[in-house]
Amino acid sequence: MSDNPSTIRIDGQEIPFTAGQTIMDAALAAGIYIPHLCHYSGLPPSGNCRLCVVENGNRSVAACITPAVTGQEIRNNTPELNEARKAITQMLFVEGNHICPSCEKTGNCKLQAMAYHLGMLDDHFPQFYQRRELDASHPEILLDRSRCILCDLCVRASRDMDQKNVFAIAGRGTDAHLIVNTPSGKLADSTMAVTDLAANICPVGAILIKEIGYEVPIGQRIYDQQTIRETGLQEHVDRKNDD
Amino acid sequence: MDISHSHNSGSPHQHILHRLHALQQQFRHISPHAMQRTAAEFNISLSQVAAVVAFYSFFSTQPRGRFDILFSNCTSCGYLSGDQDLMQMLCQLLQVTPGKTRADGLISISETSCIGMCDQGASLLINGLPVTALNAEKLTQIAQRITTESPLTDWPTEWFAVHDRIYRRDLLLMEQHAPGSALQTALAQGADQTLAVIQQSGLRGRGGAGFDTGKKWQLCRAAPGDAHYVVCNADEGEPGTFKDRLLLRDHTDAMVEGMTTCALVIGAKQGFVYLRGEYRYLLPHLHAVLDQRRNQGLLGQHILGYENFEFDIDIVVGAGAYICGEESALIESLEGKPGIPRIRPPFPVTHGYLGQPTIVNNVETFIAAAHIITHGSVWFYSIGTEQSRGTKILSISGDCEKPGIYEYPFGVCIRQVLDDCGAQNVQAVQIGGPAGKLLGAAEFNRAISFEDISTGGSFLVFDQQRNLLAIHRNFAHFFAHESCGFCTPCRVGTRLLKNNLDKIAEGRGTAHDIEELKQLSHLIQHQSHCGLGHTAAHHVLDGLQHFPHTFSAPLQPHFTAQFDLDQALESARQATHRNDAAAHLDNE
Repeated sequence: MSDNPSTIRIDGQEIPFTAGQTIMDAALAAGIYIPHLCHYSGLPPSGNCRLCVVENGNRSVAACITPAVTGQEIRNNTPELNEARKAITQMLFVEGNHICPSCEKTGNCKLQAMAYHLGMLDDHFPQFYQRRELDASHPEILLDRSRCILCDLCVRASRDMDQKNVFAIAGRGTDAHLIVNTPSGKLADSTMAVTDLAANICPVGAILIKEIGYEVPIGQRIYDQQTIRETGLQEHVDRKNDD
Repeated sequence: MDISHSHNSGSPHQHILHRLHALQQQFRHISPHAMQRTAAEFNISLSQVAAVVAFYSFFSTQPRGRFDILFSNCTSCGYLSGDQDLMQMLCQLLQVTPGKTRADGLISISETSCIGMCDQGASLLINGLPVTALNAEKLTQIAQRITTESPLTDWPTEWFAVHDRIYRRDLLLMEQHAPGSALQTALAQGADQTLAVIQQSGLRGRGGAGFDTGKKWQLCRAAPGDAHYVVCNADEGEPGTFKDRLLLRDHTDAMVEGMTTCALVIGAKQGFVYLRGEYRYLLPHLHAVLDQRRNQGLLGQHILGYENFEFDIDIVVGAGAYICGEESALIESLEGKPGIPRIRPPFPVTHGYLGQPTIVNNVETFIAAAHIITHGSVWFYSIGTEQSRGTKILSISGDCEKPGIYEYPFGVCIRQVLDDCGAQNVQAVQIGGPAGKLLGAAEFNRAISFEDISTGGSFLVFDQQRNLLAIHRNFAHFFAHESCGFCTPCRVGTRLLKNNLDKIAEGRGTAHDIEELKQLSHLIQHQSHCGLGHTAAHHVLDGLQHFPHTFSAPLQPHFTAQFDLDQALESARQATHRNDAAAHLDNE
């Protein structure tokens, strides 16, 4: 145990934290990677993907929504937790309809990069093959719910950063799906623009900017150059002027 | 068109769930236009209204029938509770497909999670009202009345009767509560002393989790806020639980008095009863009691003449979502949102309704609190066990001669309970509902208490004739249906668990599936966001431990396709309007 009042230990490494930080905040600031898909530094945390679940004593907690508290002994990079993370990633794959080889997002996709990071070699679970609605109404943005992992990042980005509140998640269980906040339910009738954070934060190929397909060749894309661990430690978005 | 009549006499503002219920009742569905109007009226986003409509089972965007029937699918009050499929029977009588409204708009038939009629026989809700003790004969008569469009008000009142049977009374159920008696005592001794009495009594929450009630009240009282709130959780949705149904009807005054006492302790002016939608039929009675108490000076301003004591209660009625029994989901629902459990900490005692300090307690907890104030802490503390003081009210149903309500001191042995309710040849009991514990005969010497087997009140008995795999499937379907969809392990995992059990039951399971069940169960249990996920796979793990044969017996020793190839062609057959022999695979 440490005498320092503002430190926690993650896998034995002592790191500092400041008041109000979560375990995830403190870890990222100290250069410790905790796998995550629904977390994005600078946006309010959600805790839905559960990849960042770590062990605090005998409790399993999501690092992105659990406050750092002096003296916590966190286990993060363990074989058991990484196996669970792989299974959760596989769950996300079979729940949606993911078409990696032909998806425009391939190489830039965090779900795919996470699968590589965790050594996922197959889907493991049987596919759900759910029918999900595609919305191509917007002239510049495509919304394909088949590839959505319900991470809520576009919802938070649009509401808290773009100040537009374009998205919400509706429906229970595996009926949960992204909805657009317009009477028609169509993206074309929203105020969404390609410059919005919500249009660019999607970790998968659910929200795609049109007419730039394959500008960057496969082989030169983000996760062709870096691992998700490296990008995950760097990512951050700043709140625009709130006043 | 007037849809603005308020059910909510305590408040001039209607709740969005009530507005949507009124729309659903009048138009049989909630149209996009109605959602837009509701969003404008409540000054919230259209997407919030749409998300609420999509979240709660009792709202629909497609028209339901003028007679809208929901069969309970609980193992005790469900349509499969006899050896007949009662839902299928009524569907055949009325020529309707489950889940699809008949073309003439007269009738729709679907299923819903347990409606809390487990001691009343197979039951359904028709336009929200429970019809109990179903059998083939009654269904034939129901079909006739629907065909002739006889209004529900003309139907025999006995069909809607709920006969409570109390077989064992103890501390709480023996009490006759005199309205105002606990409040008189509380006001006379002051808030400090009242809190001290609750703390000394050892009372713990009756919903199942068992948090120390006195500590909860103390934490809430100490928490700073613009306002404090008292919420009564009357959303008993755990299949097999129905004790609150009785308490809400026969012990209403004690419940309200417990809430009012809590308000005195924590300094609240506003309270809510969150009533499950399945119990909407109790609403007139609850409003009558609240009105009477207002007239008696027991609610409202200057309670019992005290200048500074003001407290009133609104009733908010849910709309079919088990998860809203989780306290932070309940608060979300109170705030007019989908019932998705919040991030905790902060906990509701400091950041609850509208972000303010809030007490959420079970119906039974508030009733116990009222009696403890009247009789003193020793009256309660001297009963029960070291860690579980007082009594527990059980809802017993399933394979027993005397299903009903039983109140026992904590520490009672399961075997005693089984003897008392006339259960014979018992194979297993499920205590605490599908989220609770499955026990076999070797463990019937264990006790009902927080130290041993904790329960919110559900006690399901299964005899030797029962197919336990069917029970597990029922539970797995329940959780997959009720998962809120927020977090991955629960949203996807409960559905995988359901699919896996279905596969085994259909004779397509292999030894690998048993290992899958274990791993999946552990994953859901440890990685999920809230209590629903943490408990959703308990029954599978218990079953694998105590009744492994249940799962291994139907396994196939030889290669078996994971799915039925012929069945997989069904959508193609429907699309091509074919059903001839050539459109089927030879199923050898």
